[in-house]
Amino acid sequence: MTAASPLRIGVVVFPGINTDGDTHHALETFPGVSAEYLWHKDTELKGVDGIVIPGGFSYGDYLRCGAIARFSPIMQSITDFAADGGLVMGICNGFQILIEAGLLPGGLIRNTGLKFVCKYVNLRVETADTPFTGQCAQGDVLRIVVKHNEGNYTVDPATFEKLQGNDQIVVRYVNAAGERAEGANPNGSLDDIAGVCNETRNVFGMMPHPENSVEAELAGGVDGRKFFGSMIDALRGAEVTA
Amino acid sequence: MNVRVYVTPKQGILDPQGAAVERSLPNLGFEGVSGVRIGKIIDLTIDGAGSEEAARAQVDDMCRKLLSNPIIEDYTFEITEG
Repeated sequence: MTAASPLRIGVVVFPGINTDGDTHHALETFPGVSAEYLWHKDTELKGVDGIVIPGGFSYGDYLRCGAIARFSPIMQSITDFAADGGLVMGICNGFQILIEAGLLPGGLIRNTGLKFVCKYVNLRVETADTPFTGQCAQGDVLRIVVKHNEGNYTVDPATFEKLQGNDQIVVRYVNAAGERAEGANPNGSLDDIAGVCNETRNVFGMMPHPENSVEAELAGGVDGRKFFGSMIDALRGAEVTA
Repeated sequence: MNVRVYVTPKQGILDPQGAAVERSLPNLGFEGVSGVRIGKIIDLTIDGAGSEEAARAQVDDMCRKLLSNPIIEDYTFEITEG
């Protein structure tokens, strides 16, 4: 990758997605990165190097969150892209879409509190061995926001065992001290899971929103940079970018 | 043919809505209620499926692919001549 050819990361746009602009902006705060919108009706991925599916309410969350988006033309191309080892990150509704598409294991159901939760959470990085957390150390605590109604991750016991055995649980909700604790989990998710990756580690989804924590001049901190920065590093072949 | 599909939270998976309703029923004096699960009903009509058997196979396919998510939901359906 030379300076003349910026890294290109696709931001998928479905009707009802509302953080596409924030995600596009967050990616472009990294030098040498160009974000490209990918429209849901297209099948063409425009030759992007990696893909982020942002959050929002695709298709009004009708039927189930992410259920309709899964069948859009772009998702077939993204499934092929992921099968070829391409890096795909899903945030919030993007996570729900990846789950509905079968690219990530488990399910996301209604928050146990039955309320839309919008607040800061502390995330503990459970593995740095993914292309999305390479800039972190295991045990790092990152503070970013969640804003969702269906973020309650659940999975059957056999798959849960597999997730643990393969080190696929990437981030968990913890308290500020980095400990799992009562009240730290905003949605009742199984085992305080906030994000998981697939077995081949190139597809990652999480409920919290890193795109809202990328600029030191603004409220929100910069902890979200770690996820995008790691992905960018991985795409560039491990240069430091943050 | 008229089809009614019932989608419910999968057995063994927590249903936060059902649990909330179950907790509130005793407040109204309805004692002894348990196992509240909240799901949805989807009505649809199929033309040209041929036999009921063919319609049944078609609806089953719909349920698995779109109408329910088998990881978190169970489904059943009934078909009546319309």
